[in-house]
Amino acid sequence: MAARTLTIDGRLVSARAGESILEAARDAGIHIPTLCYLDGLSEVGACRLCLVEVAGSNRLLPACLTPVSEGMEVQTATERLREHRRAIVELLFAERNHVCAVCVASGNCELQNLAIQVGMTHVRYDYLNPVCAVDISHPQFGIDHNRCVLCARCVRACDEVEGVHTWDVAGRGIHARVITDLGVPWGQAETCTSCGKCLLACPTGAIFRRGTSVAELERDPKRIAQIVAARQERW
Amino acid sequence: MSRITFATVWFGGCSGCHMSLLDLDAWLFDLASKVELVYGPLADQKTFPDGVDLTLVEGAIANEEHLALAREIRRKTRVLVALGDCAVTGNVTALRNLAGDPSGLLQQIYAERGDPTLAVPRAPGIVPRLIERVTPLHAAVPVDHFLPGCPPSAPRIRAMLEALLAGAEPSEIGRFG
Repeated sequence: MAARTLTIDGRLVSARAGESILEAARDAGIHIPTLCYLDGLSEVGACRLCLVEVAGSNRLLPACLTPVSEGMEVQTATERLREHRRAIVELLFAERNHVCAVCVASGNCELQNLAIQVGMTHVRYDYLNPVCAVDISHPQFGIDHNRCVLCARCVRACDEVEGVHTWDVAGRGIHARVITDLGVPWGQAETCTSCGKCLLACPTGAIFRRGTSVAELERDPKRIAQIVAARQERW
Repeated sequence: MSRITFATVWFGGCSGCHMSLLDLDAWLFDLASKVELVYGPLADQKTFPDGVDLTLVEGAIANEEHLALAREIRRKTRVLVALGDCAVTGNVTALRNLAGDPSGLLQQIYAERGDPTLAVPRAPGIVPRLIERVTPLHAAVPVDHFLPGCPPSAPRIRAMLEALLAGAEPSEIGRFG
């Protein structure tokens, strides 16, 4: 397979042709923060946390969706990128009602971890405090839209791994919500197989197993990649 | 060495952060040798004094009294710390923002959902009016340091106080929730 040589943060890195900057950086042990990216699922570049600076481009590019090229010079942790990442995380907190003290995922939440990682001490923007629904019509699971960050990992896990596509996103901007089937309550979604892959994929406490109380939620999002890998071996 | 003046304030919160402060146990004696407690729920002082060196604020800004006192504290304090998630993010206290207009909320709580013979308490100068939206402390006044947590643990409060008393920059941000 053709190799490409590039520099990431001044380090010479070799990568396979077609690989993304994010994959090349991870292989080289360089950490780029992500939220919507999940091993085993397709990349959508929705969260913009993995934005990097590439020499010769005025725009910041999402590392998960940008393929490596020969001689590429990438910066992953400039002051500008750090400020953007912190602002993104703050905006995510401001947009919905992320009350960590009463969240099932507290202590086991990728958004909370990101806040610490990017050095977010407080949110500089006004909280929107939207009124968001909690749907517990499904006998096993619940969805709390207060905690959803619209990463669409549930949508992709359901579509690409379970092959069902119960989940989707409806609406635009701050009115966007993940939905089941054509916007029916989850318990009435006839396509749902109750497999729980959306639960595994969710980075926050938005999708939870019913009856789980504060800080009880445990999940291993790596299992999605394990399922995908196991299937590839089998077939 | 002369002691610095120290205050703690309790706004819209559950007092859990003050409980966490008391969890410092024996270290409180060390703290007492370095600070003079001049105001707070643990001291019998009715007005916020001038020239306070360090103030810890627990709770979110939820009513007019909080707002006025927050501004007074900021004028009279050198170093202001937002202590705990309610002061830092609004947290549980700010959940009432989802219910919209606070007067409607009070009507629901005191009259419609409770004893219908009761009325919303209105006693000017005694019961402070709720402000329209609960906000974190830094939305009302500039804040120097933030210590999230619900509540922040005693060791984290101690680490921050030790750094501030030594004139150093507190290093640990810590976790929300």
